[in-house]
Amino acid sequence: MTIQPEVTDVVVDEFDGGPDTVQRAAATPEELQPYAELGLRDDEYERIREVLGRRPTQSELAMYSIMWSEHCSYKSSKVHLRQFGEKAPPSDKLLAGIGENAGVIQISDGVAVTFKVESHNHPSYVEPYQGAATGVGGIVRDILAMGARPVAVMDPLRFGAADHEDTARVLPGVVGGIGGYGNSLGLPNIGGEVVFDPCYQGNPLVNALCLGVLPVDRLQNKAAAGPGNIVVLMGAKTGRDGIGGVSVLASATFDSGSEQRRPSVQVGDPFMEKLLIEACLELYDDRRVVGIQDLGGAGLTCALTETAAAAGTGMKVELDQVPLREPSMEPQEILASESQERMLLIVEPEQLEAVLKTAARWGVLATAIGEVTPPGPDGLPGRLTITWRGHTVVDVPPGSLADDGPVYARPMREPSDLILLQADRAETLPRPSTPDALRETVLRMIASPNLCDKTWVTEQYDRYVLGNTVLAQPEDAGVIRIDERTGLGVALSVDGNGRYARLDPYAGAKLALAEAYRNVAVTGAKPLAVTNCLNFGSPEDPAVMWQFAEAVRGLADGCAELGIPVTGGNVSFYNQTGAAAIHPTPVVGVLGVLDDVAQRVPMGFPKPANPEGDIIFLLGETQLELSGSEWAWVSHEHLGGVPPKVDLAREKALAGLLAEAARVGHLTAAHDLSDGGLAQVLVEACLRRGIGARIALPEEFTAGSMPFVFLFSESAGRAMVSVPHGQEKAFTALCTEQGVPWTALGVTDENGGQLDVRDQFTIGLDELREAHTATLPRLFGA
Amino acid sequence: MSARVGVVTFPGSLDDGDASRAVRIAGGDAVGLWHADADLHGVDAVILPGGFSYGDYLRGGAIARFAPVMQAIADAVRDGLPVLGICNGFQILCEAHILPGALIRNQHMHFRARDQRLRIEAVQPVWTNAFNDSQEVVIPIKHGEGRYVADERTLDELEANGQVIARYVGGNPNGAQRDIAAVSNAAGNVVGIMPHPEHAVDALTGPSTDGLSFFTSMLKFLAGRPASEASAAGGPA
Repeated sequence: MTIQPEVTDVVVDEFDGGPDTVQRAAATPEELQPYAELGLRDDEYERIREVLGRRPTQSELAMYSIMWSEHCSYKSSKVHLRQFGEKAPPSDKLLAGIGENAGVIQISDGVAVTFKVESHNHPSYVEPYQGAATGVGGIVRDILAMGARPVAVMDPLRFGAADHEDTARVLPGVVGGIGGYGNSLGLPNIGGEVVFDPCYQGNPLVNALCLGVLPVDRLQNKAAAGPGNIVVLMGAKTGRDGIGGVSVLASATFDSGSEQRRPSVQVGDPFMEKLLIEACLELYDDRRVVGIQDLGGAGLTCALTETAAAAGTGMKVELDQVPLREPSMEPQEILASESQERMLLIVEPEQLEAVLKTAARWGVLATAIGEVTPPGPDGLPGRLTITWRGHTVVDVPPGSLADDGPVYARPMREPSDLILLQADRAETLPRPSTPDALRETVLRMIASPNLCDKTWVTEQYDRYVLGNTVLAQPEDAGVIRIDERTGLGVALSVDGNGRYARLDPYAGAKLALAEAYRNVAVTGAKPLAVTNCLNFGSPEDPAVMWQFAEAVRGLADGCAELGIPVTGGNVSFYNQTGAAAIHPTPVVGVLGVLDDVAQRVPMGFPKPANPEGDIIFLLGETQLELSGSEWAWVSHEHLGGVPPKVDLAREKALAGLLAEAARVGHLTAAHDLSDGGLAQVLVEACLRRGIGARIALPEEFTAGSMPFVFLFSESAGRAMVSVPHGQEKAFTALCTEQGVPWTALGVTDENGGQLDVRDQFTIGLDELREAHTATLPRLFGA
Repeated sequence: MSARVGVVTFPGSLDDGDASRAVRIAGGDAVGLWHADADLHGVDAVILPGGFSYGDYLRGGAIARFAPVMQAIADAVRDGLPVLGICNGFQILCEAHILPGALIRNQHMHFRARDQRLRIEAVQPVWTNAFNDSQEVVIPIKHGEGRYVADERTLDELEANGQVIARYVGGNPNGAQRDIAAVSNAAGNVVGIMPHPEHAVDALTGPSTDGLSFFTSMLKFLAGRPASEASAAGGPA
């Protein structure tokens, strides 16, 4: 069966005076070029002329403008991101790291996993469904390019105010797009975040994480090695969709009279991606490819230059061979198109036939479009030459695009309002101090948009497909079984807190890391590696640049302290409308390993084995820390002060304790404390399996507003656990041995059907459930 | 020798691996069948798994019904081959007119995934003999087009003939007529089910192990058949 029937190409011989060839460029050095409109600075344009020894052709100019854009070149972030490598603890488990499509971590003798998070923020605001859908598609191809089978996705999402009318447009579209694409690919969605804050009103954050699994010896790389090897484009046809998706091309005019514009948001076809995945995996297993690279942002331009640059080789490409949706496409459009579901393969000539056969078996188009050429004489890297209709339209050193883009140390300045903001502490706000007020606060908080039940969203995602999902949302971390025989598996969590980062980006980044780390640890997994998606405003604003630098420094320091490396990530700048930037929002993903997923610890209280109930403990210490908290925002619309203290040595001790306690079977449930504090965690743990609890407050938290502080403070480094009757002594001994403070809180109560906090309040589980689950259906429809 | 159960992979099939795993856990041998291959390789039963065959473009199952493997299955069904269509497989069986009715867009228009309570309405010899009459089970659903519809006369006939195999209880997740979650053909050898029994075969990864009984039922049925009837296409090729 042919999935993509051939269309008869309409041959257009001439357009507007013929292509701008290399020859023509050399002969017309003075021709004015729209480099500024394409986002290139005067000095950047001059550098291109220096590199080439002439003016660039129209196609070359398009390529440089894309590859030297912020998104592709990391020109503003590079000087800071170096810390991730420099401060990273040495690891022999890291098979591929920063700079690859995704980091690869070995988790057993023969098996490795790869994971990465990326943003698709801007397209998701313009066209929520397709923007979010192609965000999933893009990260999945990154994982695929490493040689891995994608096995799970997660989506950290941030929207404007929950009750804003535009959120009602953006959120359902984004959720529908993630589900529509991910479900169709057969990837379980195992977690993520749904956060509302007015700062994201015109700039929703749609980040997507993908996890993949590969045999260690199937690791792929992108280098276009081996002169004479064939360059094959596989997957969907190339169209005009998504031109300039990552760059400024969409706002510029090559030909202002052209009617051929298409929206700069790409359109996804998950069915094609599914076939592409299966075809690629078959090719890897049959050892058919030398190198492979996905086509994402910057399309062919990025894939051709990066693969050639990685090998130091050159490449000769015939654009006429690229299968087009619209035959009238011009060379710079073909090179810039961000049409989805495409991969670039480097194959040995004798393998070509087999490659094309595998592609055909899966109904995927595959076309030889060029070949790898030798490096230059004198050890110089090769050149990328591209022809179109017999004319040479590109002749460049590929490294000048892929690696040697501009690098800027942008000016930085602490935001001028920060001192005042930090002085305005939430700890001075009026706090509930009576049992009735506390009861009302609990019900109001668990119904607030950020703390309410997210089933309305997660019900649109398939969590079961592939049959290896051991834990999924609303659990603290997703847990995927990797090896059915041994039970080896991984736990994954992604977290961020823009409010904390706004108050202190250095601490905010560390707190995001600490939370993701803790979320992985409560499942019993050992945290191993980090990925990140750094969502910020404009790097041209010194205040934003300062926030960025501080957040990167915090994350790099934090990873060093925890002894786990950053393996890759993504930077998303320009998340701002006019002068108003989003809160700096570093989103951090942590991956951990479980030797046997059967030992994973869930977040909800299970039916206790002993009728007396399981014993509930709080681990860690509770301080008066309300600044940046969910309570301050919900009750007072307040954001000020300094975020909770972060002590990574304590986080490490807590994680060690949890892993050991899970291993020896001390834990029936474990739940991380973060937004909304202990009250939120108690309610969630009770509602998960419909098991009540009876709690008594510690002596020092009984007077005045102290019960409130105990229940709603957001101090870091804490978790709540339940321990089977009879094991509490052994468990507390372990806590003491590992240096983790513990507080006995009470017992689970199977038959009570309520959450009872002694001398304060009693709330039936039905009333809690009603409050917790009604919010999103009320806002977005049943 | 344990029974050989074919699991068909169409382009866009997603739960084929899960269906194969469920067959293995139940004690059978899973045999991969390819959509473009009209040979059933002598399997004793067939499962059409969930997914989005051919992208579900046009309508769920509308293109898959024309696949070479479906022609072979349609023929073998007439000879009594046990076939279970799960989710997209159910849609394909309806599109192929092997099962009555159709599956249309969920009433609320959203894709919905949840752990669903069902009541087994018919304990029949091929696919549900391991259940108790009116047994309530929990099996995940996950679909955007799972709303079962048929004309009133067909529905009445299905009810009267015991062809309604399972019904949703505790809330209808998609607006299906008469809460129907699974139906069989008149002969009873073909069952289409919207929920995913293959996702409820292991307590570690599913909400229950209730789904396993569909697979053990079929294996029990095959084991009880006289040898001369075994295998659809004249024995192993």
